[in-house]
Amino acid sequence: MNTSSLVSIADLSKEQILRLLKQARYFEENPNQRILEGRVVATLFFEPSTRTRLSFETAVNRLGGRVIGFSDASTTSSSKGETLKDTIIMVSNYVDLIIMRHYLEGAARYATEVTATPIINAGDGANQHPSQTMLDLYSIYKTQGRLDNLTITLVGDLKYGRTVHSLLMAMRHFNPTFRFVACDELRMPKEYKEFCDKNGIKYTEHTDFSEDVINSSDIIYMTRVQRERFTDIMEYERVKDLYNLHNSMLDNSRENLRILHPLPRVNEINPDVDDNPKAYYFQQAKNGLYARQALICNALGIDVPLYEKPFNE
Amino acid sequence: MALQKKELAVAALRNGTVIDHIPSQMLFKCVNILGLQRLGTQLTIGNNLESGKLGTKGIIKVADTFFPDAVLNRIAYLAPSAVINIINEYEVVEKRKVELPATVVGIVKCDNPKCITNNEPMLTRMEVLDAETGEVRCHYCNHTTNRLKANLL
Repeated sequence: MNTSSLVSIADLSKEQILRLLKQARYFEENPNQRILEGRVVATLFFEPSTRTRLSFETAVNRLGGRVIGFSDASTTSSSKGETLKDTIIMVSNYVDLIIMRHYLEGAARYATEVTATPIINAGDGANQHPSQTMLDLYSIYKTQGRLDNLTITLVGDLKYGRTVHSLLMAMRHFNPTFRFVACDELRMPKEYKEFCDKNGIKYTEHTDFSEDVINSSDIIYMTRVQRERFTDIMEYERVKDLYNLHNSMLDNSRENLRILHPLPRVNEINPDVDDNPKAYYFQQAKNGLYARQALICNALGIDVPLYEKPFNE
Repeated sequence: MALQKKELAVAALRNGTVIDHIPSQMLFKCVNILGLQRLGTQLTIGNNLESGKLGTKGIIKVADTFFPDAVLNRIAYLAPSAVINIINEYEVVEKRKVELPATVVGIVKCDNPKCITNNEPMLTRMEVLDAETGEVRCHYCNHTTNRLKANLL
């Protein structure tokens, strides 16, 4: 049984999440160490993702490990028709850990079933992307000093956005209040609202990105509305700018409010927000490095100190 | 009177297996799953018969053939109400319901074209969420389907 792998954020208990966050904090204080000396990690990117790959590879390099891998499946034998199973078994012979991104959903779960080498899922199609969720959680934890009892507003594409779905599932341990702000076409799917009901998570739905919603939020999590999600292009044109954030909209917002975005952004956050101290999306991406260092050590069974000191930002 | 009619509708079997109480709309899917079209033995298939429990039902009688449990339980997903009767010299020597496992392996196709199971030579694994509606969730990609929509492998 392959138990050190991370395929979905739902596989982690509350205690495991809190532990990983404290370890991420430790790495933020001590990002450069030799604790992966002598280890080899594979980054198998069957689908290109520069941001995620660079973040993982930097995490390994800063801890003294070595990286092998590919960033595009067209240069590998999977383009010759090799099965995923064969590729994974072959690479397992060489490395201590496999970090993989794949365009097919469920690929990472399947990989854990064909090898005993730990797997970290770096995104499988529209399915799961747990390291993104860990860095989102870390960013919330770091900026708010806690995860409990926060009001989190999710804005934009709530139907297809896998980051908002994973975040919602991970937050079930921490008694959040959610606001779902989206147009009818991109509303939060029924299954996730049922998930909220089942787990006692409070939520309200809005089609209007109003001042009231903004001013009562601790976290606003913005997402990109993608044109290709719409069957009716007129509908896209109608709603595409309804959920754009401008600096002036933040005038009466809470002091502790932070704006998150998984990036890349297009129009949904106006550049005039960037200089507002409440804008946090670039630091959020940087936090990905520390969160991934913690995930990598965890998958390799390496003990990392827990940094308990509270944040005083 | 009604009882007599029912008995006439399906001939008695000397030795073999009777699968009864199959929902009518699932009968031919069950025939496929059991691979009955490849059998050379005497075979009776009845459908749209009166049933107190189901409204109408289907029934399959196969002479001189006894299926392994694993094969019979494959139809449990489609027809959880099905009852297996083992017949010996016109007597029912064993009668049991099919068992729907918590995970259905290699029977239901995932309807997500981007699912790994539709792109690798591998078995599907569906976790049963609701035995009543046959709602299942793909162990790999998390997509759900149900008994009426499901495509079978």
